[in-house]
Amino acid sequence: MDSLLGLRQTSAADIRRILSTAISMRDVLERSVKKVPTLRGRAVVTLFYEASTRTRTSFELAAKYMSADAVNISVAQSSVTKGESLTDTIRTLEAVTADCVIIRHPSAGAAHLAASCTPVPIINAGDGRHEHPTQGLLDALTIRDVWRPDATDWDLSGLIVTIVGDVAHSRVARSNAWGLTKLGATVRWCGPRTLIPAGADGLPITVYDRLSDALDGAHVVMALRLQTERQERGLLPSLREYSRCWGITASSLRSAHPDALVLHPGPMNRGVEISPEVADGRAGHRSGIGEQVRNGVAVRMACLYLLIKPTAEGETL
Amino acid sequence: MTFALRNGRVLDPSQDLDEIADVIVRDGRIEAITPVGAHPSDHEESAEGLLITPGLIDIHVHLREPGFEYKEDIETGTAAAAAGGFTAVCCMPNTNPAIDSVSVVRHIIERAEAVGVARVYPIASLTRAMEGGQLAEIADMQAAGACAVSDDAFPVQNAETMRRGMEYCAQLGLTVMTHNEDQSLTKDGAMNEGRTATLMGLPGIPAIAEDIGAARNIIFARLTGCRLHLLHISTSGTALHLQRAKADGVPVTGETAPHYLVLDETACEGYNTNAKMNPPLRREADRTALIGALQDHTIDALATDHAPHAVYEKEREFDRAPFGILGLETAFAVGYTHLVQAGHIGLNDLIRLMSCAPASILGLPGGTLKPGAPADISVFDLTECWTVRPELFRSKSRNTPFAGWDLSGRCRYTLVGGRRIDV
Repeated sequence: MDSLLGLRQTSAADIRRILSTAISMRDVLERSVKKVPTLRGRAVVTLFYEASTRTRTSFELAAKYMSADAVNISVAQSSVTKGESLTDTIRTLEAVTADCVIIRHPSAGAAHLAASCTPVPIINAGDGRHEHPTQGLLDALTIRDVWRPDATDWDLSGLIVTIVGDVAHSRVARSNAWGLTKLGATVRWCGPRTLIPAGADGLPITVYDRLSDALDGAHVVMALRLQTERQERGLLPSLREYSRCWGITASSLRSAHPDALVLHPGPMNRGVEISPEVADGRAGHRSGIGEQVRNGVAVRMACLYLLIKPTAEGETL
Repeated sequence: MTFALRNGRVLDPSQDLDEIADVIVRDGRIEAITPVGAHPSDHEESAEGLLITPGLIDIHVHLREPGFEYKEDIETGTAAAAAGGFTAVCCMPNTNPAIDSVSVVRHIIERAEAVGVARVYPIASLTRAMEGGQLAEIADMQAAGACAVSDDAFPVQNAETMRRGMEYCAQLGLTVMTHNEDQSLTKDGAMNEGRTATLMGLPGIPAIAEDIGAARNIIFARLTGCRLHLLHISTSGTALHLQRAKADGVPVTGETAPHYLVLDETACEGYNTNAKMNPPLRREADRTALIGALQDHTIDALATDHAPHAVYEKEREFDRAPFGILGLETAFAVGYTHLVQAGHIGLNDLIRLMSCAPASILGLPGGTLKPGAPADISVFDLTECWTVRPELFRSKSRNTPFAGWDLSGRCRYTLVGGRRIDV
């Protein structure tokens, strides 16, 4: 692996390798001193062209727990505001000897463009509506922990994962479609037709019109964040109607597997795409939402570890 | 003074001619096509083993001058045209300032006379500054030499403006060339809506946006009697609208570009901005439907939509890169290799689609080797195989999706008004 740009291009073997490494990283996170010298003397740069709390923080902490120097560039304070192109910014980061660049960008393909102009490993932390591969990986880890805790081969076959909501604009939905199906799971998409992309049959998923059909027997239910501006663009009549038709609630979950795991990539609109009771695991189903965030740090440590060559004196895991 | 091109394969679809012959040129015009050696001349050149055709005509190019000379100018754009076998081009008005006044029309004609190596016919904008509001001074521009009217790149959205513009042009006998797009359906779109766009996470441009735009403009042509030419047809739906309108006697013609006939939306994979243009590359089913529309003569002509952009403008995020690709230097060879040699159309058809057909759409001189016509001639070597190397282009820009392609057929030289233009 030279870079992590998306799970569509990542082999099942590489996905298993990252996830197995993430399990070891979780051991580090459970220590009283959460620090290993693995990436001492290495520099990790996060280059975020979009706002983010959890992804950026978890990458930064992942780097720091492994003793790398982590630098954050937020675009508002960078030369991008002076009109610098993405490729020039990446070449500048290469020149200041960054060992890995983590990029989030509103344009699909931005991480590919970055990787095409530098030998520095690039991690895609979300590009437009294209992919968010570390989210897909942390979701796979969370699902495995609940449904296949003993599966060291990461085989998720037989599991049904239903993703509900604004899949058209969701990079999480795409990364999960690739990542989970490569591990054997079945992925369903469901939502209003205005939020289902044309040509969805190009992905390894099945689209469902009715929420109850989509949730039927589902082992995992993932609600996607609904951007309120979808309403303004004429894709939805109202948040109220959306919530009634597509919200994940105790009542809509009745057709799912009795032990269904509920996930959400965050940040949540409580009461819109997910009810507060379901989000907090008080509706009789399991909520994995807190576990997703915890696993995010471990998965990102694994990605940094596998993409950056550890220093000679660095401890190997 | 007479000049003879001797012993070449003379192919002229305007007079159903395909034979080994001599082409005799006198004072910048075609004198005669004669049996080999039958006519003496002051000068001569052997064209043995070469193909002699009417000079190719591209009625849809962007020369970028005035205003965007860093992408292309009249000198380099016509040099690219000559290298591709074109002896005349029609340039679109989205310059800066736009071709919306007599002074810009005259400027282009004068610049082309001074530095051009192909004829240049300016296309006037329909509305002032191409803003879709007030009509431009079209009659004045026609008198100054504008060959047609177009809103290319900024399609008029307001139906009332389009209706009035076409009424006005009908009276002047000017053809209106339309980029067909209902932009309320294409906001933020970067490539064809469908499977590949969804895989790549890019906002889509639906085929129906073109179909609706074309259908609307055909309705106005029917109402006003204005001659309508549909630019760069990329969808099977637009081809179908064109076919039905022609059957109904509406004065409408249509063109497509070589890239829509040999590429589909998957060429954008890897975020290849050199495969980004508007209208976008469509589905494979559209591509094959367009080949069918060439075969049954629904589509009248090929044009390139030559749209130069600087390397740094294309080397960026896909959704932020400008639309458009080069065409002049690859169109003939792409057509010859992938349409003629592939067996979809005959060589005679390809030359027709690129010479007499476009000339006839806009009533331009040329496109024929009939006696008395301007001596605008292209000479090709069909046996030459070459690899597309953008760094060798005459164009200032490099944005082609055909880089690295192996193609057959190459222009050796052209004659423009009898003056030899070496490649």
